[in-house]
Amino acid sequence: MSAIRYEAPTSIPDAIRLMQADPAATVMAGGTDLLVQFRAGIKRPSAFIDIKRIPDLVRFSIDPNGLTLGAAVSAAELGESVEFKRLWPGIAEAAALIGSTQIQGRGSLGGNLCNASPAADTPCPLIVNHADCVIAGPEGRRSIPVEQFVIAPGKTVLKAGEFLVTIRVPRPRPITADAYLRLTPRSEMDIAVVGCAVSLTLDTNGVCTAARVALAAVAPTPVLVPEAAQALIGSRLDEDALSRAAAAASAAARPIDDKRGTIVYRRQIAGVLTRRAAAIAWRRAKGGN
Amino acid sequence: MVTEVSRIHVDTTINSEPVEFLCDGSQSLLSALRDEVGLTGTKEGCSTGDCGACSILLDGRLVPSCLVLAAEAQGRSVTTIEGIAQDGHLHPVQQQFLQHAALQCGICTPGFIVAAKALLDAIPNPTETEARYWLAGNLCRCTGYDKIIRAVMDAAAETQKATV
Repeated sequence: MSAIRYEAPTSIPDAIRLMQADPAATVMAGGTDLLVQFRAGIKRPSAFIDIKRIPDLVRFSIDPNGLTLGAAVSAAELGESVEFKRLWPGIAEAAALIGSTQIQGRGSLGGNLCNASPAADTPCPLIVNHADCVIAGPEGRRSIPVEQFVIAPGKTVLKAGEFLVTIRVPRPRPITADAYLRLTPRSEMDIAVVGCAVSLTLDTNGVCTAARVALAAVAPTPVLVPEAAQALIGSRLDEDALSRAAAAASAAARPIDDKRGTIVYRRQIAGVLTRRAAAIAWRRAKGGN
Repeated sequence: MVTEVSRIHVDTTINSEPVEFLCDGSQSLLSALRDEVGLTGTKEGCSTGDCGACSILLDGRLVPSCLVLAAEAQGRSVTTIEGIAQDGHLHPVQQQFLQHAALQCGICTPGFIVAAKALLDAIPNPTETEARYWLAGNLCRCTGYDKIIRAVMDAAAETQKATV
């Protein structure tokens, strides 16, 4: 068999040209999923196109419009930003849950999306924060909401010659906060049995005026649950609202039975995590931690 | 038809020294360090990023060298276990590993020491909980974790004392 090439383009057009020239080549960011899949024989690329030499892919900025996050910025580097953690604690806590310190030194939020695991931690908090994926390809750029990016386990909307370049997260509105919780049997180094992200906006009286709820690991792709959000809107997160949100989340969950959990258990936990994550987001929006 | 692709030439810095080596496109940095450069202190455990035995610093950041391609090292700065002692003096983490006998077979030790050094660089005075979470990706199958954590906490205390 012929040797596998390594390419390190320094611009987005160069990366697109390399991908067009060789459809069997694969884009690599941190490589923490890709190289494991490669060594296991699950992926057999003809070349690795390392996008980390493209400046826009490995930097991020936070301005009045929000976060512009290069798809290959490592979770560890992003997590060192105090401003990032202050504005999006839910995205930050999801990113900090992925793998080990070592894995976070390589793995990126862009890679987490492109790997398209049903149990991925960061897509859900990105979704509740109205984040968009900016995709570059032979026909130019396009932008789609994160909830439309993953279409099946391991599959995304990316077409031949396209790759994810940036994730854009709008700045939260006033009195808005997010939270992410996941259940794992171990406290560290594990994969979600269920994950739940919530974002809430309150008015000055503490009444919820806008909400987003998304679930991980309960369906082939992340699940946005508008019924759970509706249950929270108009309330001060009283017991009735939380119970209705939890029931809506359990009802929206379409999990499988596997070694990490059963269908019945995952449905139940989807409700429990929704209730708890909503309470954390509410407390944060009111100025607490 | 078999196409012979020439090997990739990499110019890099390892433990503050300029180093050149040849590698294949899919070769890991772990493999290049051990088999091309001859720095065998970095160990191979799982080669899937789960065990931490191959931990190195890449441009100062803690990473699993099994999940870094060797060609990525071009122009970067790599620190391995061989570069942790300075001018013949063991790093406080190394000294405390000896003091506490925080190893048995030793396969995990280089990874633990590199990871613990990175911890103390990032958080000079960690709580035990912070140390345990930071090192959660380093697995030890014989000594267990308690002596290792004691060694790391004492190294932190010693470093703090030295800087006061």
